[in-house]
Order: sequence, then structure tokens, then C-alpha cells
Amino acid sequence: MDQSSIDKLPKGWKSIPSDLGSDQTTFKGVQWGKAMMWIFLLSDTFIFSCFLISYMKGRASTVVEWPNPSEVFALDFMGVPVPLLLIAIMTFVLITSSGTMALAVKYGYEKNKKMCGWFIVFTALGGLTFVGMQAFEWSKLIHEGVRPWENPFGAAQFGSFFFMITGFHGTHVSIGVIFLFIFARKVFRGDFDTGKRGYFTTMKSDYVAIEILGLYWHFVDLVWVFIFAFFYLW
Amino acid sequence: MTDNTDTNKEKKTTTHKIGIYLWIWGLLFVLSFFSYMVDWYQFQGLLRWTLILIFMFLKAGLIMAFFMHLFWERYTLVNVLLWPMTAIACFVGLMVAEGKYTVFTRFIYFVLGE
Repeated sequence: MDQSSIDKLPKGWKSIPSDLGSDQTTFKGVQWGKAMMWIFLLSDTFIFSCFLISYMKGRASTVVEWPNPSEVFALDFMGVPVPLLLIAIMTFVLITSSGTMALAVKYGYEKNKKMCGWFIVFTALGGLTFVGMQAFEWSKLIHEGVRPWENPFGAAQFGSFFFMITGFHGTHVSIGVIFLFIFARKVFRGDFDTGKRGYFTTMKSDYVAIEILGLYWHFVDLVWVFIFAFFYLW
Repeated sequence: MTDNTDTNKEKKTTTHKIGIYLWIWGLLFVLSFFSYMVDWYQFQGLLRWTLILIFMFLKAGLIMAFFMHLFWERYTLVNVLLWPMTAIACFVGLMVAEGKYTVFTRFIYFVLGE
């Protein structure tokens, strides 16, 4: 559906019944892949919500004191323990990579192959840095004796929630990094300029794919916002 | 000429000025810094939880609205995404109540029972 015919449709709240009751396409002007990515992200939201809600319930209902996250995740910097230092750096790295991804999407739509490709590479490097720091954090805690069934700091549930939630998020980041590298290669090769057919989908490549990839990456950042708030700060 | 303005309009919906992304990026940095400061200054109790939630929702809102372009999407898509999230918020409320009940029974039977 082109922009001029979308402009003729009802706007605001009136657009909801008219869009939902219309023929063929519900999400006007939204490419199908983008709509499917949103549906996937919504289902992923449910999964992460279930994890965070069970964590909340577990933490709220234990009679043993919960480990203090700002002490558990403190990092020694020149002999002084700085609370949540690594986590703060990880947060900033992930936000930076989210910013570079937003720019990659913008340059993609402007058909600026070089800038788009390089910003995707920067995003992937940010993701790799994040996963690397997470691996460091995991090994540090495992050395200190944190296990899914026990830990030296307090309530036994801490470890299982920690490994489950950050592990699932880290998996998302890792998968994202793999796809970022694949799409950086596609961009540099010029697939999106020539409309080369995709290997799996046999559909013509389009820069909208970069926006879809961007949606996934921003979602990973979005989930981290909630994990940072509820798991590390609370 | 009319064709030209039409294509310009079309462009406007898909690409935005670089300034808006840099602004949001900057705001996210500042908000993250603030939420880190909540822990740095060791605010406790209600103040801590309110600040954490405010910064969290602001960050999440900025990411969804501008980085994920929801601000420019049609209402139908936005509503299809936001109402299920409202349902999740209700679920959170239910589990808060459930958690309080569980810890209450555990105190009664495990801690006081011994």
C-alpha cells in the first residue's frame, strides 16, 4: 500500500476499527515481515515477562534474605569496590549499540550502503562486547560459588533466577550478533540495492529488512532496561 | 512537481532527521546515568523504587517510540502491541498479591512453627 492511499484513510482512534475491519491488510503500510517481527517480539515479551514475574514472586515470597545486588555485582577498581560498575558499563554499551542500529536503519532507508553497513558492524561489535562482559560476570560469580541451587550471599533462588534471566537475554544478544554480521555482509555485497533474492526466503531483498533487524536489536536493549531495573537495581 | 512533493512525503514516513536519533540516544545515556546514580547514592525504600520505575519506563518509552518507530506507526499496530502489555501489568499485580500471601503462610508455618 503506498503512502498516498494510506494518507486518505481515517486517522487517530477512528483508524483502529477501520483498519481492523478492512480487507486484506490490517497493518496498513507495514511490510509483512515487519508485522511478523512485531508479533514475535510480543510473544518474546511474554516469555521475558514470565521470567521476571516468577523472579519477583520468588524474591517476594522467600523468608531468607535476598542477596544485596549492589554488593554481589560490585567490581574492584584500584582496590575499591564500585557497586554495579560492570553492569553500568554493559548498559551503556548496549544503549550505544542500539543508537548505532537506529542510524544503520536510517542510512539503509537512504540507500547509503557504506554507512548502513558500517553502523551494523559497530552494532555487532557492541553486542559482542556486551556478551563478553556478561561471560566475565558469569565466571566471576561462578568462582565465588553462585550456583542455581545455592550461593554464599543469601536466598538460594538468587542463582537460578540470575542464570536463567541473564542467560536467556545473553542468548538473544548472541543470536542478534550473528544476524547483524550476516546482514552487514548482505549490505556490503549490495543485496538490498540489487534486490537479490534471499537464500531461505527467495524473496527480493529490501532495506526494510534492516529495520526489522533493528526492531529485534532494540528489543534486546529494551529487555535489558527491565532486567537492569528489576534484577540489578531493585 | 506534484510527483516530487509526493515522494518527499513518502520519504518523511520512513526516514527521519539524524538529530532525533542523536537526541534520543543522549537522553537514554542521561537516564541510564541517573538510574545508576540511584544505586550509587544508595537511595532506599519507596524513593529508590519510584526512581527506578520512572527511569525504566522513560527509557523503555523512548526506545519503543523512536528507535522502534512506534511513534510514527499507525494506531492499530500500536494498540495490538500495547494492550497485551497492559494484561502483563495486571498479571504482575496478581502475582504481587500472591507473593505476599505465600510469604505470609511461610512465616506462619515455617518460621513461627519451628
